[in-house]
Amino acid sequence: MKYTVFAAATAALCAFATTSTAEPQAEVLHWWTSGGEAKSVAVLQQEFKDAGGTWTDMPVAGGGGDAAMTALRARVLSGNAPAAVQLKGPAIQEWYEEGVLSDISSVAEENGWADVLPAAIAEHMKCEGHWCAAPVNVHRVDWIWANKKILEDNGIAMPTTWDEFNAAAEKLKAAGITPLAHGGQSWQDATVFETVVLGLGGPEFFHKALVELDPEALGSDTMKAVFDQMRLLRGDVDANFSGRDWNLATAMVMNGEAAFQIMGDWAKGEFLAAGKVPGEDFLCASTPGDGYLYNVDSFAMFEVEGDDKVEGQKLLAKLIVGPSFQKVFNLNKGSIPVRTDVSLDDFDMCAHTSAEEMASSSANGSLLPSYAHGMALRGAQSGAITDVVTAHFNSDMSSEDAVKMLVDAVAAVQ
Amino acid sequence: MTLWLERHVPKLVLAPSFAAILLFVYGFIAWTGWISLTKSRLMPKYDIEGVQQYTRLFDAPRWDVAMNNLYIFGALFIVIAMVLGLLLAILLDQKIRTEGVLRTIYLYPMALSMIVTGTAWKWILNPGLGLEKVVQGWGFENFKFDWLVNPDYAIYTIVIAAVWQSSGFVMALFLAGLRSVDSEIIKAAQVDGIPTTRIYTAIIIPSMAPIFLSAFIVLSHLAIKSFDLVIAMTNGGPGYATDLPATYMYAMAFSRGDLGQAASSAMIMMLVVFTIVVPYLYSELRTRND
Repeated sequence: MKYTVFAAATAALCAFATTSTAEPQAEVLHWWTSGGEAKSVAVLQQEFKDAGGTWTDMPVAGGGGDAAMTALRARVLSGNAPAAVQLKGPAIQEWYEEGVLSDISSVAEENGWADVLPAAIAEHMKCEGHWCAAPVNVHRVDWIWANKKILEDNGIAMPTTWDEFNAAAEKLKAAGITPLAHGGQSWQDATVFETVVLGLGGPEFFHKALVELDPEALGSDTMKAVFDQMRLLRGDVDANFSGRDWNLATAMVMNGEAAFQIMGDWAKGEFLAAGKVPGEDFLCASTPGDGYLYNVDSFAMFEVEGDDKVEGQKLLAKLIVGPSFQKVFNLNKGSIPVRTDVSLDDFDMCAHTSAEEMASSSANGSLLPSYAHGMALRGAQSGAITDVVTAHFNSDMSSEDAVKMLVDAVAAVQ
Repeated sequence: MTLWLERHVPKLVLAPSFAAILLFVYGFIAWTGWISLTKSRLMPKYDIEGVQQYTRLFDAPRWDVAMNNLYIFGALFIVIAMVLGLLLAILLDQKIRTEGVLRTIYLYPMALSMIVTGTAWKWILNPGLGLEKVVQGWGFENFKFDWLVNPDYAIYTIVIAAVWQSSGFVMALFLAGLRSVDSEIIKAAQVDGIPTTRIYTAIIIPSMAPIFLSAFIVLSHLAIKSFDLVIAMTNGGPGYATDLPATYMYAMAFSRGDLGQAASSAMIMMLVVFTIVVPYLYSELRTRND
């Protein structure tokens, strides 16, 4: 009894406190804690403060967001969710289904988000038709990075088909150079895998197999060819690749120990941080094949109570998609703005390529969500696929067995 | 009044910890059991759906790998650590001069956390960085020791690190056991001219049966719950070749938002622990009743 009185008193006190301060406030849960990322989020924090808001920072590092998700679950279960949470892809929908996301359609309509965001990406930000999340940036996943000097010395052009890549790899191996810098972590295996799926199968096949999870596509001969290619790529990495972090693999390309790396454009940040110049020291190109795999970071907006918090959430959403933040943030992070109307004058040539191809692939329907980075499928489903991909890549499993395993694994989590 | 106190104070004092254990251990076991019967994904749901999480679990190739790894790791780790520990203890028991120093040296790995052990061995066994490279640098060009990055052998490197960490502790247990054997019996045996090896195999080791049992229980629970060592050394890789049930459960619960699956794997882990602990409890209770 005593406790309920006490709780009521605290609640009343809080209510009083919140009504007395009218300024917008927002608590933001994110895991951008490393150097460049922390700097990027500080930009948002500053803009929010300049607009008169109170920002409560809740950075939870560790486990590539796992720790943050655990914290979020605890907060939601106790009925006290933060205003905005760094979430992406289908995870937004999963939380919406728990009934804890708020509706920010008013902000989106006021600021004309529908006109400036690519349609495929805007779809991720909507929950049953209304807006419930704000996109921050677009990372392209299907990049292939190369050491320019190695390519020139060996007379190799940037490969545009996987056959060309394989031929180049043979040449490099003969010259004693590791063709592909790769880190043997399951998400990196999955990253390479999805670019091969896109390259060999094409955008339509990619959508059928890795977005719709069509069993026919998953069990097809095309998929078998994808695993054959993965087996070839396994021969292109050095003997010591297991467990290597992606940035160390990038460093191998930088230092001339390896020729190529297949990795999203966060790898560009590593090159730039080391003072390398795109087009002079290193080359960037989309991986062989058509299409564009995006990995969009976004903030999902959670249901909050109190006028100041609702105001804060709306202000935050407006600022996140606002042109000035989009530009500054993405210059820091190596990605490109999700808005198509932001001037790219200050961006490098790789970002220009990325933006142009995003626009063209958006027009012809080959703008696709990355499965390896949690944009296409829910955690359990993408995890099941990754298990097969990484098991195949790290053993001598045959492509037939891998395809069969893939179909079974996906069926088990449907 | 005093009589009442005498009778009830022990119960009152024990009540809080009893209640806490009831809730935080058995309560949560029951909760996990419940969740394992539901379709919980990201957040817990409470509608019971049957045993489909278990059928999914037993169909998953990754879970097979995790369980096989547990058997390989558990068996090798327990046997090697016990044999090595016993051997060290017997050698140290020969009344040598620097015993104190040696004992400390052997016991020291136990003071490290598994994360440190794992990271150190990751570097030592990394073919491009550690042992293989060093030996090749000495001129043995053909020397190859790439178990850490070979999916078929990676689990054995975990055994190596775990044995390194724990055998000193087992040695300390056995040393205490050796010292507790009645020296009169040993002296009598020596007077009778029985060879030392026979004294050990026929007298000393059989009289240490309880120590063997304790060592076995301590090591087997270390094996079943081992998680940090794998995370630090291989993070389950290459692929998922070194996954253990604990890392499987962690991946499902915290990375994949698949709580039901995680709960069912946790229940299976608990059953494995039970099959080891229940016979132990049974034998303990029986001897006490005699």
